[in-house]
Amino acid sequence: MIEAGHFAAFLALAFSAAQTGLGLRGARDASGLFAKLALLAMAFAFLTIVWAFVRSDFSVELVAAHSHTLKPLAYKIAGTWGNHEGSMALWCLVGIGFGAAGAYLLKTGKPVFEARALGVQGVLNFASLAYLLLASSPFTRLDPAPLQGSGLNPLLQDPALAIHPPMLYLGYVGYSFVFALAAAGLIEGKIDRDWAKTARPWALAAFVPLTFGIALGSYWAYYELGWGGWWFWDPVENASLMPWLIGAALMHSMIVTEKRGSFSAWTALLAVLAFCFSMLGAFLVRSGVLTSVHAFAVDPLRGSLLLGGLLVLGGSALLLFALRAPKLQGGPEWLATSREGALMGNNLVLTVATATVLLGTLFPLIAEAVGQTISVGEPYFNMTFTPIMALALIALPIVQAWSWGKADISSLWKWAAGFAGLVGVFWLAGIGPFDIPLLAGIGLALGLWLIFGAGQEIWRRAKTVDRLPKLPLRVWGMTFAHAGLGLFVMGAVLETSGRTQTTLALEPGQSAQVAGWTMTLDDVRSIEGPNWYADRAHLFAERDGTRTELRPQKRYYPAARMPTTETAIHKTGVSDLYVALGDGRRTAGGPTRWTFEVFVNPLIDIIYLGVLLIGLGAGLSMVDKRKKKAVTS
Amino acid sequence: MRARTKRLWGVGAVAVVLIAAVALAAVALRQHADLFYTPGLIADKGLPDQGKRVRVGGWVQTGSLTYGDAADMTFLIEDSSGETVEVSYTGIAPDLFREGEGVVATGSFDTDGNFEAESILAKHDENYEPRELKRAGQPTS
Repeated sequence: MIEAGHFAAFLALAFSAAQTGLGLRGARDASGLFAKLALLAMAFAFLTIVWAFVRSDFSVELVAAHSHTLKPLAYKIAGTWGNHEGSMALWCLVGIGFGAAGAYLLKTGKPVFEARALGVQGVLNFASLAYLLLASSPFTRLDPAPLQGSGLNPLLQDPALAIHPPMLYLGYVGYSFVFALAAAGLIEGKIDRDWAKTARPWALAAFVPLTFGIALGSYWAYYELGWGGWWFWDPVENASLMPWLIGAALMHSMIVTEKRGSFSAWTALLAVLAFCFSMLGAFLVRSGVLTSVHAFAVDPLRGSLLLGGLLVLGGSALLLFALRAPKLQGGPEWLATSREGALMGNNLVLTVATATVLLGTLFPLIAEAVGQTISVGEPYFNMTFTPIMALALIALPIVQAWSWGKADISSLWKWAAGFAGLVGVFWLAGIGPFDIPLLAGIGLALGLWLIFGAGQEIWRRAKTVDRLPKLPLRVWGMTFAHAGLGLFVMGAVLETSGRTQTTLALEPGQSAQVAGWTMTLDDVRSIEGPNWYADRAHLFAERDGTRTELRPQKRYYPAARMPTTETAIHKTGVSDLYVALGDGRRTAGGPTRWTFEVFVNPLIDIIYLGVLLIGLGAGLSMVDKRKKKAVTS
Repeated sequence: MRARTKRLWGVGAVAVVLIAAVALAAVALRQHADLFYTPGLIADKGLPDQGKRVRVGGWVQTGSLTYGDAADMTFLIEDSSGETVEVSYTGIAPDLFREGEGVVATGSFDTDGNFEAESILAKHDENYEPRELKRAGQPTS
């Protein structure tokens, strides 16, 4: 069966080549047909891999290395993409899927343009398939087939982590189609209002799953790893953040191009860069050049091939951009104090922020080339990324009401005074009874500022209550997204500054005080699961009359020879009481003393609610049916 | 304002922003790029400044792990040079932390040459080994 899948993948490769050749020649219908055929072939190929996992066919090397008969069915299926080769197959499938979707959905009335976009998409798909089949094949057999698989990494047997790669890839690889549309537009020499109207839903279609994928990864790390945090500025995390930031800039730049025909060069460049960062991310994660807590098993050869692909594909697109950008038309004139000016500022801030993240992520590599071994951690990013983004966020509510071309800035001082006042209130609260650190106060002020700004803007557009439901979906999308951003900022700052971390060592019957809670260890029992055994602690936490039991575990999976931490989290509605169990230490002749790491994470749910709203807002914007209005300059 | 003057102002503003960002990044890197040490390197080149945040990597010397009365512990890190560094840490150890296994600790040295670790990174699965440890060299005994 897997051989049939292997053959189908080669068919997909051939179909992609046909799609490319016909597409770049302008044959819209023919290239569209091959795009759809490629999808059929690749879907079949992918399903044969899934089928091999479901049936635990250990004669397939990939299944033998990454699966086990004891795995629950859902995780057998998810095991398909929980490894390098399988996830590359998923990458190819998503890319081909977007091409086919484009073939089906594009109706611009410009067949040559559409054909070219499909052609470029074909190039990208061909390259990823070639890499898959020649350097990372999931289709190889093992002879003799082992009786049992060796892959039972318990960390991967988790619902959030099972969905996380497909979500992320819909995002990363989704930007490949935006890249293709941009390349087609550049070839034609036109990145105009019509181009932006076509391309924007596709950019949003990539942004939404990327947002959810990053959030899922973060939330998984939070509850699974036992480190109490939700973002570690780890290279793999940064690899997903960079395309997201560029994607955010792209979405906004596209609005300007759609409404006014301006920012053509910026929009085209950002569209190309988004996928370049996706490819860069794939390279960083899979090549082993960077030390990471999430590192996959690594292979330098595969890494060099990915780097080569990135350089060739990205380099060609940037060259195309450099050659065609001077020919792109601009829109009407605009002042610095105008909506265009504000969104240009947004482009700048997000691009610079991305560059600082890139620098921090790559600096260890650069240093290594000159013989130094260093690492760049959270303090660097807090010092650079945070203030740069804060600038944009402070400006957001002030500038979002600005009109196109030239804004009325007479009420600017009112806004500035408002923000200063808000910060002042929180600073006072800090030296008053509430004891909020200054940084947390600013963060809280910024979050509320953004939420207030979002509400203020939608009210400004509606003016009356009964006009609210009549506003276009994209206005609601903007409101939710910016309000979500405010919630995120509020949650992130308060959680980071308000988080407490304490290590406890308790014998059964002992108590300790942590952040207002009295923690008492009742006992620690040995328990068993289907493919693991564990020590499970029974801890009671009591505060102000509330009493709850927490049962953190330290599990051991014999088949994988791996321990994991199962944290216990008690949500109080305002914060999380989070406990991870460490080792038991036998005291001489006495009871065992158990160690615990106890975190209190305030407002952690607000962080994820905020991100959820951002994704939802972008989704609403995507389904809005836009009507084209004339440009008034 | 004439178009050309406007463009000059625009370019000027962008340049200022870029220069400021680059300067900020440079300062941040200077202050927060954590150097990596191995016991052999420290024996050769001496201790880093007291209190400066650095990383130390190597292998946990078998038999060196001792627990304190509370949640603290100390252990020795060694590498192929035969030198050792004493590390003290309060907290729960990561899942694969064991004697004889590789470890990278982040923290700072005190005046006595003991390393106080804020965090410890051990292997997180059977196949993964941090690049820095590969170069440091596992002790042969």
